[in-house]
Amino acid sequence: MASFSPRGISWLQTAPLVVILLVFLIAPLAVIVMVSFWDYSVGGMYPDFIWLNYEDLLTSPTTIALYQRTLKFAFLVWMITLIIGFTVSYFLTFCIRSTVWRMALFLVCTVPFWTSNVIRMIAWIPFLGRNGAINQGLMAGGVIDEPLDFLLFSEFSVVLTYVHLYTLFMIVPIFNAMSKIDFDIIEAAQDAGATGFQVLRNIILPLTLNGIGLGSIFIVTLVMGDFFIVRVMSGSQSGTVASGMAYEIGGLQYPAAAANAVVLVAVVVVIVSIILRFVDVRKVLTE
Amino acid sequence: MKQPLVTYILGAFFGLYVLFLYGPMFVIFLLSFQGPTGGMTFPLQGLSLHWFKELWAQNVSGDVAGSFQRSIALGLLVMVITVGVSVAAGFGFRRAFPGARVLFYVAVISLIMPGFLISFGLGLILQLLGIDAQWFTSALGAQLTWTLPFGLLIMFAVLARFDRSVEEAAQDLGASRSQTLRHVTLPLLAPGIVGVALFGFTLSYDEIPRTTLVVGNSNTLPMEVLAMTNTLTTPSLYAIGTITTLVSLACILFALVSIIRMQRRTKLKKA
Repeated sequence: MASFSPRGISWLQTAPLVVILLVFLIAPLAVIVMVSFWDYSVGGMYPDFIWLNYEDLLTSPTTIALYQRTLKFAFLVWMITLIIGFTVSYFLTFCIRSTVWRMALFLVCTVPFWTSNVIRMIAWIPFLGRNGAINQGLMAGGVIDEPLDFLLFSEFSVVLTYVHLYTLFMIVPIFNAMSKIDFDIIEAAQDAGATGFQVLRNIILPLTLNGIGLGSIFIVTLVMGDFFIVRVMSGSQSGTVASGMAYEIGGLQYPAAAANAVVLVAVVVVIVSIILRFVDVRKVLTE
Repeated sequence: MKQPLVTYILGAFFGLYVLFLYGPMFVIFLLSFQGPTGGMTFPLQGLSLHWFKELWAQNVSGDVAGSFQRSIALGLLVMVITVGVSVAAGFGFRRAFPGARVLFYVAVISLIMPGFLISFGLGLILQLLGIDAQWFTSALGAQLTWTLPFGLLIMFAVLARFDRSVEEAAQDLGASRSQTLRHVTLPLLAPGIVGVALFGFTLSYDEIPRTTLVVGNSNTLPMEVLAMTNTLTTPSLYAIGTITTLVSLACILFALVSIIRMQRRTKLKKA
């Protein structure tokens, strides 16, 4: 080993990571960009350099409708998970005094992250269906006479499932940021006469902004990249950009799906860079 | 700081959130023990292991047993590679080196890139090169783009808290580089490495978006379950849910217990 310079050793140590990311991340994305310019017919796809796939995509009314729905889902889920994530983190950080309890309750929030998303998704079906637990409960209680239909296989159940599966991605970064706040600062502010709301607005919120930013990036990319939750939980009645892509791939229209993918990434990049204007994510990830 | 009323309100909110998080899981856990005449919703028609036996007897369409075995094998493969590659890369990042920044950003992109696109791109490559997709080649690689960034970030967090002076102390006392690594550095990092392993296995075991188009003819368990949501209309579907959740919970528990025991052991040595 003595013959290697320190930088050479670092290169060797990171080489496996570099190779895997090149082969399984960079190359696939590059091929998507390449194929998005190819021509295709029923028989297959052909190397070419045409803008037709983009023209078709950007002039189609379906595209606009899919993006509107995707962005609506992303915004709704972002707002709800932000409210839940902030409140839960605030409770854990500032209301629970014992460190052991705080970590235990935090763990309670994170355990589902390591269990299956599909199972957690289908777990809502016996709850929300026409004969599901909620309808049976409401009818038994005399609140409603007929079962509510909007609960399952609707946009409601899609958003509910997203919130259920993804809130954790908001809680972890916000909790992480809050737990680094020095309690002395808050006490000093209170001694100087700040109200609870002023402490929240002028101290806690600015100091958790980086965590909120990172969580927001996760939520936006997860919702915008989902292709199966929206299909299953809307009963195939609703679609997003990614599920539209999945449909095109199923129909072997690879170049069209590739153009769709490139535009989707471009939109995600724009949203993420807007978020990055407000926060320093590198700081959150490496400190 | 103590505001009892706010604390109670927030506590109630937290309780509701936990109920929201675990309630549905608990319901399908309960419904998987549905009696033989029961259906996919309440009421429970008695309690039985009937729907587990149906699975065992392979009375359901789909390859549950085979996909379960493949998912476990793939999870273990991904776990081993994730630990090896992230630990090595974590050490590499301890010094500044040309390209470090770019590599870090690429890893972050890998973390937030919609997984479905990775699957699609990789599927295109396989098609263009005329290679068949397999769960232990293409799906393995695709899943690594999800587990490695997590592994790397955990290693950053672990190494940031690691006190390098203990390594210097070991070398001052005459330990060779490999002795320092084996007897000082790795044991101290072990709890973090178990964390990386937990992420590696469980994230692979449940992965869908990256796996979907590159898994080949033999499905992994989550892929099989996703396909079954349309066809399997008996509580056997919930029985699969109960089993696979128990596997995940066992992994989490095993990892937690190991981490706590390791931390206790290092503390004892210090004292």
